[in-house]
Amino acid sequence: MSSSKFTFDEEEVLHELKHHLPAQMPLKDFVHHNTLHSFQNKNFYNALHEASEIFGYNTTLFVEDYREMLKNNHIEEKILDKMIISEKGKENFTFWKDKVLSYPYKKPQDKKVGRLRPFWKDAYEIDINAGIRPSLFRILNAYFDQGISIWQFPTAKYGLLGSIREVEKNSFISFFKTNRVRKMLLAEKQPQIIELLKILVGNDTSLYKQYLYDQQFMHPGWSGMVATLEENPHGLLDKKPTKLKDLIILELLLEIDALENEVGKNWLPLAEKIKIPAMSDIHDISQENKEYYDVIKIWQNAFEWTYYDGVLAGLQSHKEKEKRKEKSFQAMFCIDDRECSMRRYLEATDENCETFGLPGFFGVPFWYKPLGGKSYIKLCPVPLNPKNLICEIDDHREVRKKDMYLSQHTHRLFRGWLIVNTIGFLSIIRLFLNLFRPTLKLATVSSLKHTSQISHYTIENKNVDDKENGYQIGFTIDEMVVLVENVLRNIGFIDNYAPLVYVVGHGATSVNNPHYAAYDCGACSGRPGSINARVLCYMANHPEVRKRLSVKNIIIPSTTQFVPAIHDTTRDEFEFYDDVVEMSEENKILHRKNKHTFHQASDKNSKERACYFDTMDIKQKDKKIHQQIKRRSVSLFEPRPELNHADNALCIVARRQLSADLFLNRRSFLNSYDHTTDPDGTYLFNVLSAAIPVIGGINLEYYFSKVDNHKLGVGTKLPLNVMGLIGVANGIDGDLKPGLPSQMVELHDPVRLMLIVEHSPEIILNTINKSQSLHEWVYNQWINLACINPYNQLIYIFKDGQFEEYKPIQTIEHIKDIDDFLEHQHDNIHTRILD
Amino acid sequence: MINLIPLLIIIPLLGLIIGLLVSSSSEKYIGWVALIITTTHIILTPIFIVYWLLIGNINIKEIVLYHSNDYEFFIDFYFDHVTAVYLFTGSLLTFMVTVYSKYYLHSEKGYKRFFNSMLLFFTGYNIVVLSGNFETMFIGWEILGISSFLLIAFYRDRYLPIKNAMKVFSVYRIGDVGLILTMWLSHHLWHENVTFAKLKNLDIVIEHLETHTILGISISLFIVLAAVVKSAQLPFSSWLARAMEGPSPSSAIFYGSLSVHMGAFLLIRTFPFWENQISVRILVGSIGLMTAFVTNYIARVQPSIKGQIAYSSASQIGLIFLEIALGLEYFALFHFMGNAFLRTYQLLISPSSVAYLIKEQFYTYNEEKIEKEKSAFMKKIGYSFYVLSIKEWYLDYFMYRFLWKPLKWIGKKLKFIGNPYILLLLLVVYIISRVLLHNKISFVPIIEAQLPLIFSIFGFVFVLRSFSERYNAFLAWGLIIMSHLWIDLSVSFNQYFTFEHTLIYLSGILISGFIGFICLFNLSRKKENLDLAHFYGYAENHKVTNFFFLVACLGVSGFPITTAFLGKDLVFTHIQETQFLLTFLTSVSFVVDGIATIKIYSRLFLGEYKRQ
Repeated sequence: MSSSKFTFDEEEVLHELKHHLPAQMPLKDFVHHNTLHSFQNKNFYNALHEASEIFGYNTTLFVEDYREMLKNNHIEEKILDKMIISEKGKENFTFWKDKVLSYPYKKPQDKKVGRLRPFWKDAYEIDINAGIRPSLFRILNAYFDQGISIWQFPTAKYGLLGSIREVEKNSFISFFKTNRVRKMLLAEKQPQIIELLKILVGNDTSLYKQYLYDQQFMHPGWSGMVATLEENPHGLLDKKPTKLKDLIILELLLEIDALENEVGKNWLPLAEKIKIPAMSDIHDISQENKEYYDVIKIWQNAFEWTYYDGVLAGLQSHKEKEKRKEKSFQAMFCIDDRECSMRRYLEATDENCETFGLPGFFGVPFWYKPLGGKSYIKLCPVPLNPKNLICEIDDHREVRKKDMYLSQHTHRLFRGWLIVNTIGFLSIIRLFLNLFRPTLKLATVSSLKHTSQISHYTIENKNVDDKENGYQIGFTIDEMVVLVENVLRNIGFIDNYAPLVYVVGHGATSVNNPHYAAYDCGACSGRPGSINARVLCYMANHPEVRKRLSVKNIIIPSTTQFVPAIHDTTRDEFEFYDDVVEMSEENKILHRKNKHTFHQASDKNSKERACYFDTMDIKQKDKKIHQQIKRRSVSLFEPRPELNHADNALCIVARRQLSADLFLNRRSFLNSYDHTTDPDGTYLFNVLSAAIPVIGGINLEYYFSKVDNHKLGVGTKLPLNVMGLIGVANGIDGDLKPGLPSQMVELHDPVRLMLIVEHSPEIILNTINKSQSLHEWVYNQWINLACINPYNQLIYIFKDGQFEEYKPIQTIEHIKDIDDFLEHQHDNIHTRILD
Repeated sequence: MINLIPLLIIIPLLGLIIGLLVSSSSEKYIGWVALIITTTHIILTPIFIVYWLLIGNINIKEIVLYHSNDYEFFIDFYFDHVTAVYLFTGSLLTFMVTVYSKYYLHSEKGYKRFFNSMLLFFTGYNIVVLSGNFETMFIGWEILGISSFLLIAFYRDRYLPIKNAMKVFSVYRIGDVGLILTMWLSHHLWHENVTFAKLKNLDIVIEHLETHTILGISISLFIVLAAVVKSAQLPFSSWLARAMEGPSPSSAIFYGSLSVHMGAFLLIRTFPFWENQISVRILVGSIGLMTAFVTNYIARVQPSIKGQIAYSSASQIGLIFLEIALGLEYFALFHFMGNAFLRTYQLLISPSSVAYLIKEQFYTYNEEKIEKEKSAFMKKIGYSFYVLSIKEWYLDYFMYRFLWKPLKWIGKKLKFIGNPYILLLLLVVYIISRVLLHNKISFVPIIEAQLPLIFSIFGFVFVLRSFSERYNAFLAWGLIIMSHLWIDLSVSFNQYFTFEHTLIYLSGILISGFIGFICLFNLSRKKENLDLAHFYGYAENHKVTNFFFLVACLGVSGFPITTAFLGKDLVFTHIQETQFLLTFLTSVSFVVDGIATIKIYSRLFLGEYKRQ
């Protein structure tokens, strides 16, 4: 081993640590991302192996789980065989097949992180973690708190450590137990990590890196939050300047404090008190367990391809139906997988309608400031940095209702006494009503409240100097033209306009749900998409914009009107903001009819969703089921108001005709894209760059939260306690829990996303190669990629840097009657063709 | 109609028994059983309340469990306005939380365990609320303790819930001993199982207290101890926030509302007894007031929702204590209801607070905080209070420093007792003494007078040694059984403790001990590790053994399922009210015994199960 590994480079280690720690933002901005983002520069399977060896995560299902799935036909044997051959070669097939099926593999238990810390117990018989965790978490939580405590941390002016120092200096009571540590903190010169490590660990610097990893990964939740806030200080409204370094110093001080207090003054550093065996570097991965991970790879591939193969078979055997050119109406939806079935039902209810899918901010990125708001809300994907600001004006709706039961007053002594003895008694009635007649009234978070018919916005900018804090208020006509043109061209929606075009944002409704932001539109930074829909409609309806678009060959007839709407995915309810569009008389009549279509389709959609809730009886009438679905969205006791992205596995970037007659369950993101209007792939690049990071992130977060719900997810949400409004934990002394709760992922099949694009393989390959980020996603296999070549109807799959032809092995069944099918379905629903 | 009152206890008990028999996979039936039971209860409760309104307070002497010339142990029920209020509140909240949990816990692992623990709790609650004497109340009191333990440790594969469950159980144990000692002294004061109905008779109470002032005050102090522990008052307040580990509905009903108000119940129930002891009233009032202030400060700085609710609830209970001390009994009852309802509701909707408070912050946040000009000294005072409150006024530290640390320390010093020769030697000593006792062979009187104390020290030492044992479950378990043998011997030498008494006491212990050993043998036969250095989580894979070992633990610690429960009461009856040291040793032995037992259970059966 080279000697450089033994010298301790503080900056490098801190940088690495920050990279590996969970990167979840505070609850209000919950956005999905790849849980193992720090490994994304590596091949997917190598990353799974490494992450597991280093941190002890379960990064896949267990071998027994896969074997069980083979038994239940969840994995197709033919495909398994194919995978064994492709990994191990034909000649070794029987040997490996035997191993794959029956060798008693156990997941390797050893992990690199956490090797050093247990030696404290051997050295001094003390549990150093138990001693400092509660104090550390309490101080951190108090410092970052955004509004739970009545009496907040006295100051945050000086950063994490500086503020603690300031308080310590001005207090008769110390955070610490011993004077020595207090003095160290208050000394002129701030204590440094390396000095403290010397006191704790000893002179052997080769152990420092290991020590810091062990220490920070004892509580990845808090450390990750601190590291994330260091990078994104704007994640908190009430700013709390932060550095991971401060946290480490604080923790080292607390450790010295605990030792000094428990052991007495004369304790020796860890490595001097007892002999520590030599340890390899954290990132040195042995090849010892390679066989296990090879077998896992075979299984996981077989599992994934069993599903993909069915989908590809379905796509290949589809027949394009002759459709009427003239459309009754068109609707633009978010690419979200929850709209997958909704669109199917809409098209089934009115055969002449047409639907499109695109990221749910509808191509209009901006900051939004509600009336009376003290800050801006980003209404576009997180990585974008919009220049425009849209403000709400002259709103007459009631924005906020006070809820005494959630207010801090109840926790004060005398006010609390008054409240307890008066309206305290009403709480039991409230509870009773919610148990038996839940309504939207309570502290519900609902997408339907995001905007209203009577809200107005500063969408149009008439003077470019009209600015607030550097952001331009509204969009100029020029900007509007560019945005609208891009949106329409991206999805190939440049002719055949129906009289009414609906732009449907989506959001969710839930109560008692700290993860509410994860239920809304990911492309709007975890908020409902209704305001974006309104903004796009405003632009597309603008006469001047239309005039200029017609010059660019996008001719929207004057009879066509764009109407904004919101689809609440939890309640399966549509709300149309039709008052803000001055609708022509003819269109009013059509609109009335279309509304009916939407409502009917949503009844049907809610029935399909109900199949996944085993507390529901799906043999009832559609309307009745829909009522119950709405009820769960506002029931306090319902931990599963909806199932979000559970089971997401696909993204189809193609014309809708390609997938329209497929029953894809609710597993596919659907992005409209018409290769005929984009022969050289210019717009394809836009589409893929916007879609892949967002949905890839969703898919992988679900994947990892499912395979290790304990370490990479939240675990069950039932005992959660809200910490400082920024995260959740178990009990009052628990570490923050990033990731998703078990209730969100229990129905998820952990497979990677399969991206299917309709275009020629060469164009797709060129597009992928254009950007470093896309290249990484695809070449490192964090998503799978397939191509439907519209010119020869063949399917190609991406493998080792190129496309090769693929012939599906499975045959696909047909569904005659969807109702009947749903009522008799069992848990294993494969892709089907709808007749 | 009067004879039907026990139905209020029998119904939840019935639910528990049915619940235990239903298979854990049939979620639907488990939920329905709990729902039907609690619905029936909430229908019956108002009927009984109306009945009570018509005929007035009711006292029913149920069953005499044991009777001898100078001692009677009987079950007694009592129904008055306090009962009515607690009964109604408890029944209503349990019903609602059952409806809530039936959906909330859907497909959660441990669905059955949750409802059974809740029905166990509900049984205990009703026993306490309806109890007519201390003995009956104590049965319910113990049930509340163990069901709390089971629900806090509901997520038994994780470290913190188990640790906190043990913490809460240990603190409860101190309260339990408060009640045991109350019973002990009451026997000496009244020479009977005094009923609460009798306590209401002012003349009799005054008559008894006039001649026994010290005894009276001591009884009151033990009552206050039990109440203070159970209601999370100073200096025991810190357990309440740590109990919030189970699913939210169980935290809501236990620590938000019902369980935590039991201390107040005990005080209201016994108020007629200490009404005229001004010093006790001042004590209760000042504990309440101080708790109200201190926990209010702690509540203010809590940055987590459940911690905040826990501390503000404790602070309101402080005010309830004050109200009781001031003689505002009816108001205290009213306050109890309001607090129970509000905190249950707040805990149930606690996840909603994120959305609500973030929105609130979004519309009201003011970037430029106005800092009031303060003098350096005032600033220092302010900061000091802040840090003090963040540190929970050292309350948790205090428990650790003055209770567990000394016990651990002594335990470590006693390591030598694990030596087989010493154990054998002590066993011989035990047998000889037993034989001598049986044959009524007399010692030198001076030594004989000291024997009870010596033997009780042996008992105490054994249980401490068991508490600190980290390597061998058999040894730890055996030491606990032995400690009971010594306690029995000690009392036998103390007073005329018939063989019948010994039989009552030890039969329960020995049977439970035997079951425990069988369970341990069973585990070791299956090649499971039986040292106590880690948590092994055998509950996951040895379900039957888990159940029986838990029962054995309860039996050994004097839970009301074996005769040992009665025996424990008998032991104390045979200690004079003046034998301070003997009482102290025996009672502390009982405290530690419970903790040591539950520790063995936790180490073996709770925690994450790792396949060997």
